[in-house]
Amino acid sequence: MAKKQYDTVIGLEVHIELSTETKIFCGCATKFGAMPNTQTCPVCTGMPGSLPVLNKKVVEAAIALGLATNSRISRRTIFDRKNYFYPDNPQNYQISQLYVPVCRDGFLEIENKSVRIHEMHMEEDAGKLVHDEAAGISLVDYNRSGVPLIEIVSEPDMETAEEVIAYLEKLRMLCLYLGISDCKLQEGSMRVDVNLSVKEAGSETLGTRTEMKNLNSFKAIARAIAAERERQIMRIESGQEVVQETRRWDDAEGVSYSMRSKEDSKDYRYFPEPDIPPVLIGREWIDGIRNRQPEFKEEKAARFTEEYGIPAYDADILTQSRHLATLFEETAKRSGLPKKTANWFMGELLRLLKESGKEPEELTFSPKHAADLIVAVEEGKINQANAKEVFAKVVEADVAPLSYMEQRGLMSLSDEGVLQAAVDEVLAEYPEIVEEYRSGKDKVFGFLVGQVMKKTKGKADPGTVNGLLRKNLSRFA
Amino acid sequence: MELLQMSVRAMSEKIKSKALSVKETVDALQMKLAEKEPMLGAFLTINDMQLEQRMDEVQKGIRSGRYAGPLAGVPIAIKDNICTKGLRTTCGSRMLERFVPAYDATVVQRLQDAGMIILGKTNMDEFAMGSTTETSAFRLTKNPWNMSHVPGGSSGGSCAAVAAGEVPLALGSDTGGSVRQPAAFCGVVGLKPTYGRVSRYGLVAYASSMDQIGPIGRTVADCRALYECVAGYDEKDATTVKREVTKSLGHEPNVEERIEKLKGMRFAVPKEYLGEGTREEVREAVKGAMKLLDRNGAVVEEISLPLAEYAVAAYYIIACAEASSNLSRFDGVKYGYRAEGAETLHEMYVKSRSEGFGEEVKRRILLGSFALSEGYYDAYYLKALKVRRLIREAFDKVFENYDCILTPTAPTTAPKFGTALKDPLLMYLQDADTVAVNLAGLPAISVPCGIDAEGLPIGLQLIGNAFCEETLFAAAEGYEELRGKFPTAWEQGRERL
Repeated sequence: MAKKQYDTVIGLEVHIELSTETKIFCGCATKFGAMPNTQTCPVCTGMPGSLPVLNKKVVEAAIALGLATNSRISRRTIFDRKNYFYPDNPQNYQISQLYVPVCRDGFLEIENKSVRIHEMHMEEDAGKLVHDEAAGISLVDYNRSGVPLIEIVSEPDMETAEEVIAYLEKLRMLCLYLGISDCKLQEGSMRVDVNLSVKEAGSETLGTRTEMKNLNSFKAIARAIAAERERQIMRIESGQEVVQETRRWDDAEGVSYSMRSKEDSKDYRYFPEPDIPPVLIGREWIDGIRNRQPEFKEEKAARFTEEYGIPAYDADILTQSRHLATLFEETAKRSGLPKKTANWFMGELLRLLKESGKEPEELTFSPKHAADLIVAVEEGKINQANAKEVFAKVVEADVAPLSYMEQRGLMSLSDEGVLQAAVDEVLAEYPEIVEEYRSGKDKVFGFLVGQVMKKTKGKADPGTVNGLLRKNLSRFA
Repeated sequence: MELLQMSVRAMSEKIKSKALSVKETVDALQMKLAEKEPMLGAFLTINDMQLEQRMDEVQKGIRSGRYAGPLAGVPIAIKDNICTKGLRTTCGSRMLERFVPAYDATVVQRLQDAGMIILGKTNMDEFAMGSTTETSAFRLTKNPWNMSHVPGGSSGGSCAAVAAGEVPLALGSDTGGSVRQPAAFCGVVGLKPTYGRVSRYGLVAYASSMDQIGPIGRTVADCRALYECVAGYDEKDATTVKREVTKSLGHEPNVEERIEKLKGMRFAVPKEYLGEGTREEVREAVKGAMKLLDRNGAVVEEISLPLAEYAVAAYYIIACAEASSNLSRFDGVKYGYRAEGAETLHEMYVKSRSEGFGEEVKRRILLGSFALSEGYYDAYYLKALKVRRLIREAFDKVFENYDCILTPTAPTTAPKFGTALKDPLLMYLQDADTVAVNLAGLPAISVPCGIDAEGLPIGLQLIGNAFCEETLFAAAEGYEELRGKFPTAWEQGRERL
């Protein structure tokens, strides 16, 4: 148990791998999972004499994220070379930004506080080393070399794992809505380094910080933060110093290991990249991007509650994915039944997604089809049980629900002529029940409805049956 | 030798009109090569593998009209730091002894598209670092005018090959004078275009912010024809500029027109370039050129350009800093010589780089790494950038009043072998006349203007405003006309080949 009270101070360095079609400095594809070294060229393999040419889409993604995080966009930004020797980088320098990054001084609102963003810069990813232990050799796959990254550096404004995760969720949601990255921690398209220090509660002086790497899930981040906080407090209370160093988190073991200390930290000999002219970002370019910014999650959720009268809880869930939100809104508009639509989405759709293990992004059904079905239910053309079956088909294969229902005979019987025959039969078969009803036993009515449904094999529209029965019963009276 | 008396345009005309076949042209030059190369040593690689096929292709292309341009059928030599697909490109270094590029440099692509024929790759100072071609890891190249003298550098092989009549044209690269200085030492014409005029894609980088590929020929017109072939925007090099390159369209102005263009043209001669450090004979030759221009209607005025003395220091800091980064890819992993017997990755790096690079290259990598290191960056690199900006501004001021700046290309003529490398600092100072041009990104041309007592050529440098190559050509052609025909090394009977 710690003797004193401590505050935790946390800042984050987040790398976002952009989902542009091509790499940052050449025309090679960026698709994940291709055969090693099939998406390479002289530029991304650092061949002598080759030169980088900046992909404009990367700058646009950075500007868009900068605007979304309330950052200042540099009107003139430059690239710099970061020099270090490592085999995953064929030219032994990484093209990055140090002196004039593309965005600065932003912030993100989380829960009840604002986390400041120090800067945001563009850079290239390195290749991947593959170690063949059996053969005793190492191989390099350059497919990832030159894949664009944006690094977002926060100020040390967070204090708890919950705040860290809220910040990351917010950032992730912005990227997803902007469509610039899929932000998957497990696949490495979002990488988080946690800078953490502790100080005595209330003290103004910051403690020595460490940098934690290899955090592959939100759970791992939370565990690593707890463990690192404990480790630093233990050291301080046992009279040892916290060493400024980079540590590697082992999530299976639940401990971290020192990778390198500040003393043997490298001198990257940064200098302005002479092969890429300064990037001038004019007001028009920025305005154009600003005008194309999507409606982000929170505004969208608020509008859904307001405009469609759905519960805030539903709106929050439905806007977790921009795609899901669009599907909802389109379906709600087409059906004219937003609340019913929300119910279908919150209940059936989310259940189906969960069962199939799919992401909302993978949904391909057309809102028209979903809306047609929801309207059919409302109009009594299909009963609830059958509607669920058809809905699953719409989601799975985007079938047109009306013709599907017809082909499969799933339409409700609402034709009074056809139903009258069934009603007549039932009334004739159960005279004693009819008597009971007439003598005031209202609850037997349900039994009669059930019998009609049975005769029509469940296809009868319950509303129509109700009406018909009541009319007939009163006539007999 | 008739073939080498004519201009390259005339040569191409003869080939296109079938008066001369591609094969006859190449054969004649190959005989020259066979005869001279053993002594001269201008080439590192002769393009024998691809040559037969290429000659065929060009001959057919000329017949079909695919190659109809002013240089169709003309053979050329390429400096060995410009990538040629399938043809070894060593940069004069042990490091890249076996490097065969998988792609063509943009300039090479343009030469091929124009129907030119690459005869081979020429010797150079290792990674273009040197002024004598003596830092080449492979061989010495001799000066065709005097075999005990260097050809200059780093494009020494290209200039010597043109001067010796082995090829009519060659490409070099100029980072601090590497085209102009050897052109001056070998008595040929060499141009360093404006930074951004010619694509660097495929040029193995030395100092990226100053490197520029330049043409070398026997006359200004030849040089210009090659410039027009390779210059212009390239989407693969973000530092190239989208500006029209004026084409001379086959019209070769006559003598009167050339001299006429000089009338009223304003030349500035900075007195600092003709001071103590410049040898008397060089000074006299340049003054002779000044008089000639003055007498023929040009305005020649002496000015002061004092910043020149800081140019060498700024140049070496920036060039070495960039080089230290550019050359880091040669580590034995993917590129460059890999040393045997290393136990660890670090050891492999150290051994490969220690064994693969020569002394001068290592010296510049060390200098550059130091200049960029933490705590020294501001004092060296940033200060050098400030000097660079001041130099650019000083040049801008001059060009408010003048069309050209006129200086010697080098303070001396070609030194004897084994003298320059003894004192690196002294060698660096010899670059004083050329490096400021690279720092400012300006175009400059070297034209022969005299021969010293030892029979070695002297070069006149004309510096133009950015993207004013047109003015430079006019000035250089006018001067060339006034000067009269410059002898060739072989006519002088000076080459003891």
